Amino acid sequence: MSILKVQKLVKRFGGLVAIGDLDLDVKEKAIHSVIGPNGAGKTTLFNCITGFYKPEEGDILLSGESLVGKTPDQITHKGIARTYQNIRLFANMPAIENVLVGLHSHLKSGLVGAIFHFPTVKQEENKALTEARRLLRFVGLAGKGDLLAKNLPYGDQRRLEIARALASQPKVLLLDEPTAGMNPQETVEMTRFIQHLRDELGITILLIEHDMKVVMGISETVTVLDYGVKIAEGVPAEIQSNTRVIEAYLGRGVGANVQQQAA
Amino acid sequence: MTEKFQFNWLKAVQIGLIGGAVAVLVSLIGMVEAFNKRDIIAGVITMGQTLLFAIGLSVSYAAASRVGGQDWRAKLASGTLAGLMVASLIVGLVLLGKVINLRPVLVNASPPLFKILTFNQKDTALTIFYMLAAGAVIGLVAGLINSLPPRARRAVIAALLWVSILGLLQELIRITLTPWPQVTKAVSWMFAASKNQKGLSVLGAVVVFVGVGVAHYLWSGWKPTVQTRLGELPPTSQRSLRWGSLFLVAVLLLYLPNLLGPFLSEVATTVGLYILMGLGLNIVVGFAGLLDLGYVAFFAIGAYVMGLLTTTGGELTTSFEWTFWQALPVAVGASVLAGIILGVPVLHIRGDYLAIVTLGFGEIIRILALSDLLKPHIGGSQGIVQVARARIGSIVFGNAQTLYYMILVACLLGAFVALRLKDSRGGRAWMAMREDEDVAQAMGIDLVKTKLMAFAVGAAFSGLSGAIFASKLGTIYPHSFNLLISINALALIIVGGMGSIPGVIVGALALVGLPELLREFDEFRLLVYGGVLVAMMLYRPEGLWPEKTRQRELHAEEDAPTGEPIVELAGVTSAVTSGK
Repeated sequence: MSILKVQKLVKRFGGLVAIGDLDLDVKEKAIHSVIGPNGAGKTTLFNCITGFYKPEEGDILLSGESLVGKTPDQITHKGIARTYQNIRLFANMPAIENVLVGLHSHLKSGLVGAIFHFPTVKQEENKALTEARRLLRFVGLAGKGDLLAKNLPYGDQRRLEIARALASQPKVLLLDEPTAGMNPQETVEMTRFIQHLRDELGITILLIEHDMKVVMGISETVTVLDYGVKIAEGVPAEIQSNTRVIEAYLGRGVGANVQQQAA
Repeated sequence: MTEKFQFNWLKAVQIGLIGGAVAVLVSLIGMVEAFNKRDIIAGVITMGQTLLFAIGLSVSYAAASRVGGQDWRAKLASGTLAGLMVASLIVGLVLLGKVINLRPVLVNASPPLFKILTFNQKDTALTIFYMLAAGAVIGLVAGLINSLPPRARRAVIAALLWVSILGLLQELIRITLTPWPQVTKAVSWMFAASKNQKGLSVLGAVVVFVGVGVAHYLWSGWKPTVQTRLGELPPTSQRSLRWGSLFLVAVLLLYLPNLLGPFLSEVATTVGLYILMGLGLNIVVGFAGLLDLGYVAFFAIGAYVMGLLTTTGGELTTSFEWTFWQALPVAVGASVLAGIILGVPVLHIRGDYLAIVTLGFGEIIRILALSDLLKPHIGGSQGIVQVARARIGSIVFGNAQTLYYMILVACLLGAFVALRLKDSRGGRAWMAMREDEDVAQAMGIDLVKTKLMAFAVGAAFSGLSGAIFASKLGTIYPHSFNLLISINALALIIVGGMGSIPGVIVGALALVGLPELLREFDEFRLLVYGGVLVAMMLYRPEGLWPEKTRQRELHAEEDAPTGEPIVELAGVTSAVTSGK
């Protein structure tokens, strides 16, 4: 069953077509990767899904409900969360507060309640703290919650970004190059962690990734974009042997060689 | 010890010349002369001379620490060199003043100034010698201080600072002490003997210097042990200690107007009104990151609504003649409304553009208040007179000493609200928005609501401050609501520390309180502001009392929040408990 559906999506910037007539079908509880050379429109796709860009044509459906025209915060409430290619944490806030902000959409207390500290507000804050601590522990940041986000090491920042995204209790989690800038060891850990996320939490994951080992290792489906157009889609094995994909990445003529090696 | 020592003398000269330029500048703008009327140590050194010495000392100190490296000889040499450079530029100014008359161009290059600079010497050669020698000695002293071991160095610097501060504020101290003649008598040796001389006596200065120096030195040795001892105390006694000190502060705050007397209470009320404004602006700028330069608008609206509703002057077309307490909620409400009205059009404006739009808004309100169009309704340039005073029973909040209590309550209320909001869901949303607006929105924060909320709450504080201001003065004029008030409020939160609530109080005391006490500063207020802001940005951008991040992950474990997680991320809990 598909949870996220992108239908005939078109996004243009002036004369440039960033995404042209894209169809995408993300199955529930899948790990679905989107790959493609630089400038293929992967992050633009993420920005359209999360409401930062308004697509010119087409529709995006989450469990059958259209997301087009909604603001990013409304879309988050519907159950989509994301991380960023270049980490975008709330740098001057402690790690745990970053997660607490992620919980925002599930808390209710307003300013008046905050001033008077109504028992319900206090309870809610305590629960939120408990939950934030749990999430930190879950991503492996137990004990680092009081450090400012900017003071965390790179790998931890990536994990914190995921914890913050998880806090909003998403149905679909969009990860934009989660292993970018990581060493092989960290990459292996992150890959395992993403798998763990899906297996333990049952969250659907849409992944942009450049590291082919990661992509081929954990995805059920891979979609390849080039110049905003889908050029291939299928299980990893199919994609690996797809000549068009290899050409898109490495240029014409190299395709055949790589195919031999893969075989 | 015959190894050759070297130092970057060019750099020392450079630093010294910068200091010299500053010294010449403060002389030529009249600061030295204006400050010369006040003594720091009676009959020995005036405030004007202290200013020059302070420049010399700090510049030589900087040279010694930057150029000197680890070698004490290099420290002394570079300090002396820098001091000489400062002095030589002043010598240059004096010589220039002898050759040509600078006054037509530089009004402040007056005979009294040269008298100060030349130590009142007539003979040119001797003057130059004295001045250069003084510069060199100051530089040498700075170098010496710099080459002391850190603990002693800090003690000496603290002692020097305290001598200057006590010398500056001796008038204030004496006024405070007048109710206790015995105390006044007991400490009279500390201060200048005659009434027209101001400042510490020589003996007083020496005692303060030695006392503070020794106390500081000893304390820096004891501090770690005391702190660990305090930390080892059982939580209950720690708590009672905390409550005890709070109680002491409360008693002091309540008793303060009696201590301060009418003039200083007046200063305290002004500081209080600025604290209130600062607390509000801190929410808008410090928490939410919305740079608002038109903050005075809400202050004005609060004041005008208060004036309009309570005036008994009868010059306006409308007459309500409400009491202060009836008008207060309306005044605050009107400011909140104005905050929201300003907020709506600027929702999508960020950063510099937001600053410019809000700046315009502030001016619009002031010009509207001045306009002929609204003159029949709000008095135009004649303003509104006979604004009601607040009354509770038979108490009239008319003079500074009674108003102090009202403003104190308002400030405490403001600080309480700001503190509570800071650690709430809404406060987190503000800070997330400050850090990254897009990501905050992607985390489910409604930017429209959050921004309007920040503007509204900020405006409420300012409106409250304005309403009390109107009642305090009894009359309001449009020119009371100029841009400078916005700038002051902004400067005090920058100096205090963005986003920090104690910082607002420290900032208001430093930027509003001090200039009121040192009336000589008045002319140079903006210059000093500018200088202080530049220096703050360069050397202490986090402010005097920076915001502390709360320890929430580990510390809060003690509060033992229990109960079910609010977000039923079923998997998270199980994954954690199953020992991931």
